[in-house]
Amino acid sequence: MIDVNVSLSRWPFRRLPDDKTHRLVSKLKSAGVTHAFAGSFDALLHKDVAAVNSRLADECKTHGDGLLLPFGCVNPMLPDWREDVRRCHETHHMRGIRLHPNYHGYTLDQPEFAELLALAASRNLIVQLSVMMEDERTQHPLLQVPAVDTSPLAEVLKQHPDLPLILLNSQRDIRGEALTNLAVSGNTYFDIAMQESIGGLTKLTNLVPYERILFGSHAPFFYHESATLKLQESNLGETIRQAITVDNASKLLHQK
Amino acid sequence: MIWDLHCHLSGVDGQTPDERIANLMEYADRMGVERLVFFMGLQWSHEPTPDDLRKQNDEVLQAISHWHDRAFGFAYVSPQHVEASLAEIDRCIANGPMVGIKLWVAGKCSDEAIDAIIERAAELKAVIFQHTWFKVTGNLPGESSPLDLATLAARHPTVPLICGHTGGDWERGIRAIRSAPNVSVGLGGYDPTAGVTEMAVRELGARRVIYGSDIGGRSFASQLAKVKGADVPEKAKQLILGQNLRRMLLPILRAKGINA
Repeated sequence: MIDVNVSLSRWPFRRLPDDKTHRLVSKLKSAGVTHAFAGSFDALLHKDVAAVNSRLADECKTHGDGLLLPFGCVNPMLPDWREDVRRCHETHHMRGIRLHPNYHGYTLDQPEFAELLALAASRNLIVQLSVMMEDERTQHPLLQVPAVDTSPLAEVLKQHPDLPLILLNSQRDIRGEALTNLAVSGNTYFDIAMQESIGGLTKLTNLVPYERILFGSHAPFFYHESATLKLQESNLGETIRQAITVDNASKLLHQK
Repeated sequence: MIWDLHCHLSGVDGQTPDERIANLMEYADRMGVERLVFFMGLQWSHEPTPDDLRKQNDEVLQAISHWHDRAFGFAYVSPQHVEASLAEIDRCIANGPMVGIKLWVAGKCSDEAIDAIIERAAELKAVIFQHTWFKVTGNLPGESSPLDLATLAARHPTVPLICGHTGGDWERGIRAIRSAPNVSVGLGGYDPTAGVTEMAVRELGARRVIYGSDIGGRSFASQLAKVKGADVPEKAKQLILGQNLRRMLLPILRAKGINA
């Protein structure tokens, strides 16, 4: 399986049972994960993003056991952010980047976001956009971060119809017709980490084409078993299961 | 052995309670969930009238009627309507097949108005489940927090109580009820945030932690993951997944002649 949604380093508000890289890698391996797109929890609040990305790349190389693929962070509200895009691509040879607009304080209709997408597209980078990291009701009282407002996204993506954009942790906030609309706006994908409800994956396949659904766990913040057990709960059939767990992400990785 | 403390008749197709529970049972079979506790009906309201309570309890009674040994019901009651709730407890539990009560968000459980309901449920050995949340975004006016439940627990120190959702914000929820030995936590109905079960077992002991899902709004998958993925001993997982709930229910189940 390919897990498109894991994070390294430390969640800012508590230690997590699998927040040491070797433990996370062991957990992923035991679940049958062969590759995982890894961001860094440090990306949420750190301003020295270059150092965050450098540590992330080094950690994946040193302790990833060939499994972790680093997805660096870019914060377009920081000075000289374009250099971070360049380093992710040219220095660290990352296949993509991960964005946290809500933690970094920008909206998707700002020109910096459009420029960032254009830059990523020009470098053939996959873009991951994390809609939320944590249920708003359980956040720290001094750091309440609303989910990303994705309503401008369909319009922005018209300029980049081929750019692979993966929305992580989206289904608590984006539901029903809104999900369907985003799926037909550009080359948009959705992970399953926050897909809830009984038989949730079957419901998701009724809203968006299964070719746009990716296995993502949000581990180690979530128990990794949540994502794998969803595959058991929904009777997807082998073709769809294979697409969601392996083929869709594999095609993205090898897309030129 | 998996027993699920926290199930609703939602999230699946079906015009009737019978259709919905049949659809839910297909998922339960797939996930290995042997027994399920249902409460509340097809349409909810934050402040149910006595008629609402009766209607929703009728729907659960209908749903479980064909699943005698597998699906159990808790009567939905409200501290806003004590007399009507006592009547529902008599109708659904004393004289019916239900085995517990569910208290939601109509009034805080720290209010002494609820005491008559708690005392009657305890007389019948009915299991008492109280929804709780600590929402940093703000609770509903009548929504109990785990601190409200701790207050109730102190007034009824010999009555077992279940803290639904572990308070949602479980790091606070577990602490709030830690010193009340008659309170267990229900793990269902919030994100599968890693570490919750480890903390609950560490601070409360495994015998005070109970698996539940909150289907159909939630999935069995995400909620079972809290136990199956936890770094706790296998014996603790067995207690949490079924043995604790069975132990709490067994007296009333036996009294009703239900084989468990």
